Amino acid sequence: MVRTKASVRAGSRLLQTIIAVALLGPGAALAAPEWNLQPPVTPIARQIIDLHSFIFWVCVVIFVGVFGVMFYSIFKHRKSVGHVAVQFHENTTVEVIWTVIPFLILLFMAFPATRTILAMKDTSAPDMTVKVTGYQWKWNYDYLQEGFGFYSTLSTPAAQIENREPKGEHYLLEVDNPLVVPVDTKVRVLVTAGDVIHSWWVPAFGVKQDAIPGFVRDTWFKADKVGTYRGQCAELCGKEHGFMPVVVEVVSKDDYAKWLTAQKAKAAAAGDDPGRVWEQKDLIARGEKVFAGNCAACHQLTGKGVPPAFPALDGSKVVNGPKAVQIRTVLNGVERDGKPTAMVSWKALSDTDIAAVVTYTRNSWGNKTGETVQPSEIKVARQ
Amino acid sequence: MSSIPHDHAAAHGEGPDGHAHHPTGIMRWITTTNHKDIGTMYLWFSFTMFIVGGCMALTIRAELFQPGLQVVNPEFFNSMTTLHGLIMVFGALMPGAVGFANWMIPMQIGAPDMAFARMNNWSFWLLPPAAILLVGSLFVPGGAAAAGWTMYPPLTIQAGMGMDFTIFAVHIMGASSIMGSINIITTILNLRAPGMTLMKMPLFCWTWLITAYLLIAVMPVLAGAVTMLLTDRHFGTTFFNAAGGGDPVLFQHVFWFFGHPEVYIIILPAFGIVSEIIPTFSRKPLFGYASMVYAVAAIAILSFIVWAHHMFTTGLPTAGILFYMYATMLIAIPTGVKVFNWLATMWKGSLTFEAPMLFAIGFLFLFTLGGFTGLVCAIQPIDVQIQDTYYVVAHFHYVMVAGTLFAFFGGTYYWLPKWCGRMYDAKLAEAHFWLSFVFFNVTFFPMHFLGLAGMPRRVPDYAQQFADWNMVASIGSFGFGFTQLLFFYIVVKAIRSGAKAPAKPWEGATTLEWTVPSPAPYHTFETPPFVK
Repeated sequence: MVRTKASVRAGSRLLQTIIAVALLGPGAALAAPEWNLQPPVTPIARQIIDLHSFIFWVCVVIFVGVFGVMFYSIFKHRKSVGHVAVQFHENTTVEVIWTVIPFLILLFMAFPATRTILAMKDTSAPDMTVKVTGYQWKWNYDYLQEGFGFYSTLSTPAAQIENREPKGEHYLLEVDNPLVVPVDTKVRVLVTAGDVIHSWWVPAFGVKQDAIPGFVRDTWFKADKVGTYRGQCAELCGKEHGFMPVVVEVVSKDDYAKWLTAQKAKAAAAGDDPGRVWEQKDLIARGEKVFAGNCAACHQLTGKGVPPAFPALDGSKVVNGPKAVQIRTVLNGVERDGKPTAMVSWKALSDTDIAAVVTYTRNSWGNKTGETVQPSEIKVARQ
Repeated sequence: MSSIPHDHAAAHGEGPDGHAHHPTGIMRWITTTNHKDIGTMYLWFSFTMFIVGGCMALTIRAELFQPGLQVVNPEFFNSMTTLHGLIMVFGALMPGAVGFANWMIPMQIGAPDMAFARMNNWSFWLLPPAAILLVGSLFVPGGAAAAGWTMYPPLTIQAGMGMDFTIFAVHIMGASSIMGSINIITTILNLRAPGMTLMKMPLFCWTWLITAYLLIAVMPVLAGAVTMLLTDRHFGTTFFNAAGGGDPVLFQHVFWFFGHPEVYIIILPAFGIVSEIIPTFSRKPLFGYASMVYAVAAIAILSFIVWAHHMFTTGLPTAGILFYMYATMLIAIPTGVKVFNWLATMWKGSLTFEAPMLFAIGFLFLFTLGGFTGLVCAIQPIDVQIQDTYYVVAHFHYVMVAGTLFAFFGGTYYWLPKWCGRMYDAKLAEAHFWLSFVFFNVTFFPMHFLGLAGMPRRVPDYAQQFADWNMVASIGSFGFGFTQLLFFYIVVKAIRSGAKAPAKPWEGATTLEWTVPSPAPYHTFETPPFVK
């Protein structure tokens, strides 16, 4: 099989193109409709596409054979051409033959599949490890060995989704902060979730791993080509399920080192002095950004939420009540009857970000508490 | 046992056609214990739900006609995909199969009625309340369930009261299925006419006998799963919550322990119908009858040990992946045996292509295609790429729509003359087949490409590179949907004004139901026939 891989792949594309042209006619205005698995950039994804091509062709051959027989029968053994039925109805030999031959074919399929499975499950000896956490509806990437992490959220503007603006090239497949990894490096990915089940999927890597709250699963990839690779959440996770893409940038090892330095510097700079006393308007300005990036998916930019699943903050008793209660809510999330709700814990945000977003919500829309919450209060509340 | 007379007839000494004392109008249908009346109600119920679920499918396809959000918002979209699945599986396909069973099993084995006539009435009349709960949940605060027909927690724990409606609907439909199954098993095992040994039964009865055992085995499991969901939602248990020592994936194991046999519950009666049609229009007995029975039994048994292939991306251990992959691949063998036997039945026959045969051949062709994509999905490394994508959507619609639904259409055109005593417009029925066949493929074939190229399922919007195929699929779906109005017209026209049908309208038909007049009298086989 090894030597014929390239030709099999070329052949399967050709056949699929022929089917497509036959289906749609030559005049159809098709930009570049996609047919097949995305171009692979990891050894595993390459094995998968070869496995698929192999099985596809075996199926095509069987299909043509079996239905060739059927159509022969349909044309030759019809009553309208005067064919008289031959009354046979049993033959143990052929029954045995068409039980054994499929079994042998299946063995030929199982062998390469098993080899690939063993390779996919081998997460040992990684060069680096990233922890991926799925939230409704964003991803968090944690560089465990480097000590920083960030959220990655859809960056397609709402105007494009609501058809008020033309859609961009990477419509729905673009994020504010992509996962960045070096090329030719075995990356172990720890996958979990903070609320419901998500699934982290990058087609070009041949990686799809469900993110299960309360459990950590692992998988791995080793991309051998620099580039940007796009996938999506693959497990229904609520209303914005279609709007939480996965974007991974594979960069050269040098670029990765530079990026790492810049990220660490940024993380240090962003690790604002928690003792600083802020002006209310600065906190509100910052809080608006934090809100848009983290809270608006549920509570909406208008603060009206989507009741009853996602309560309104505008006029909310919690937001307009004692600030300690609201701070506790943001830090710890909300439980109902001992079970977590969609309002998860936001402990991962910095003290300053939480102070900013609490201040913002207490002074926005119809909420006019006039109160300012300082980062130091969050620091105290954490303890 | 098989000579037990019908209780009404025994008590009142009535002839086969007379039943003057039974209630008329709506009360006839509410109180009926007649297997033919109940079969008719099951079939109309199934068709109604098929139209309701179909409208939901068209809402989905309308939204997906173009990128961007145009028709519905994402929450409602998710409710549509969820209810479409639940309604088609529990409301359309399963009751449809029970409708065929009610009508045909007593007539095919020479029994006067089903074994438990009153339970039969009850198992039907449980369904409308369940349907009202499901459809009605659209109008409660928070909307209908929107977590997919698979109801995975923790997402279902977040949902509003629509989810509780769904859980109760599933309970009720499960109870109905279990009662229907007990009835079918008892009927087949006890009420067969003298001489009708098990291995002489028409294959349709065999497939239903095995299906009924599957139902009894797995419906309680589903009931358990959704009950655990209910108590997790409202009564503080944490079966599926890691924070309380539970596991969200446990639900998936329990659900699919039901869910995979469920796939065969839906397809096996269709196998049975096709196994009746193909010999009739080939004018030849079914090839390899015994091996067909064994293949159905093998499929049923294997269906209990393959469930985790629905969970290939949850992070199963290596040994688990290998076991479920190998076991799943094995199912290709008995399924292949069935396809080969059907082809061998046609081979050297004297074939004609009336509407039932067209649908049976359409079934054979497209179901096999769905079987192949099933094999592709069974290979775990490939499944990692296509799990939860449109490839899977294409796969199971080839099996459920071109498989089961086509078999139901074929079965309706096969037995409608027996049911209502009138012929349908054959030309229109053939047109119904060709339109369904073409539009089905226009709708679902491109979904293979979408899935391979990376479009996830259950999304209300998608990236630009998926736009062309989605548009093609949406156009096809509307064609397929409107074609089904033609089916309704054909059936109603036949019932109202079709030409009178003879007792045996099909030259090659051999089973017992064709020995009674058309329409079948209200009571048949009160004196059991003797089968040689």
